[in-house]
Amino acid sequence: MTREEIIKNGELVYRRTPVLTDNVMHYCPGCGHGTIHRLIAEVIEEMGIQDKTIGISPVGCSVFAYNYFDVDFVEAAHGRAPACATAIKRLNTDKFVFTYQGDGDLAAIGTAETIHACNRGENITMIFVNNAIYGMTGGQMAPTTLLGMKTVTCPYGRTVEANGYPLKITDIIASLPGTYYVTRQAVFTPAHVRKCKQAIRKAFENQKLKKGVSFVEIVSNCNSNWKMPATKANEWLEANMLPFYPLGDLKTPEK
Amino acid sequence: MAFQGTLVIDTEKCKGCGVCIVGCPKKVIALSKKVNHKGYNYLEMVNEAECIGCANCAVVCPDGVITVYRAKI
Repeated sequence: MTREEIIKNGELVYRRTPVLTDNVMHYCPGCGHGTIHRLIAEVIEEMGIQDKTIGISPVGCSVFAYNYFDVDFVEAAHGRAPACATAIKRLNTDKFVFTYQGDGDLAAIGTAETIHACNRGENITMIFVNNAIYGMTGGQMAPTTLLGMKTVTCPYGRTVEANGYPLKITDIIASLPGTYYVTRQAVFTPAHVRKCKQAIRKAFENQKLKKGVSFVEIVSNCNSNWKMPATKANEWLEANMLPFYPLGDLKTPEK
Repeated sequence: MAFQGTLVIDTEKCKGCGVCIVGCPKKVIALSKKVNHKGYNYLEMVNEAECIGCANCAVVCPDGVITVYRAKI
């Protein structure tokens, strides 16, 4: 069968979701942000909640997320996305509210907002993209940077004496009573992407139950600041990030 | 039941990261020697007959540039 015949007579298996706009993303080649944006957009499309979703974008690489989603968006001050989301959700209880934050935003400057929003049990979805580095500002050390990992502010590698231990914020959040669903996923292979999409879908559907925060951490890459090609960065992620940040559900709803 | 698939690639939006090439089980795709207007070596199909339309490439593509079709053979 020729290519034209397959396109004409065959079935459409996969296409870019219309919930994403046609803008070309500003992310570096191979960056996980693009994949995660697409997964959230696909979940919004599948649930049919495009006109009922409000996103909150952070400060960081994903600061322009509102240019890529065809849903309502609010840009929060650095780290304050959970506080914004709290207000929006309390005033619009029938809307689906999600925050989209990186590790510098959620685990460093926004730790207080994050922990208190989770502890209050706000009925929101939080997407946390962990790439263990500050991407937008040029590769500085983040709270989540691994021990021994080189960044521009710890050029000989992170050490316990000088910089302390990496922060597993998701484990802290899972221990809080206000959270309903806490999970850690990745997006560097097709299998992980498919699993991650199910987790995001579950996190959005939990908003209907009004039981508390649904928190999805996604271990992602930053090939530009890790100074590797995209495919090498994914191998490095699997070899170094996943042993420290093991994938899986940290807290699932009791049945 | 076997499937034959094919891809429609938005070459102007492709950034040539190569994540999809690692994900392809049949080694159907590769980066072109040509570049798009941004200077990236974009993705192209090199082994079209082998494609089974599994959509693994489209699922991992960070920029969502791949559309996948398939037909029963």
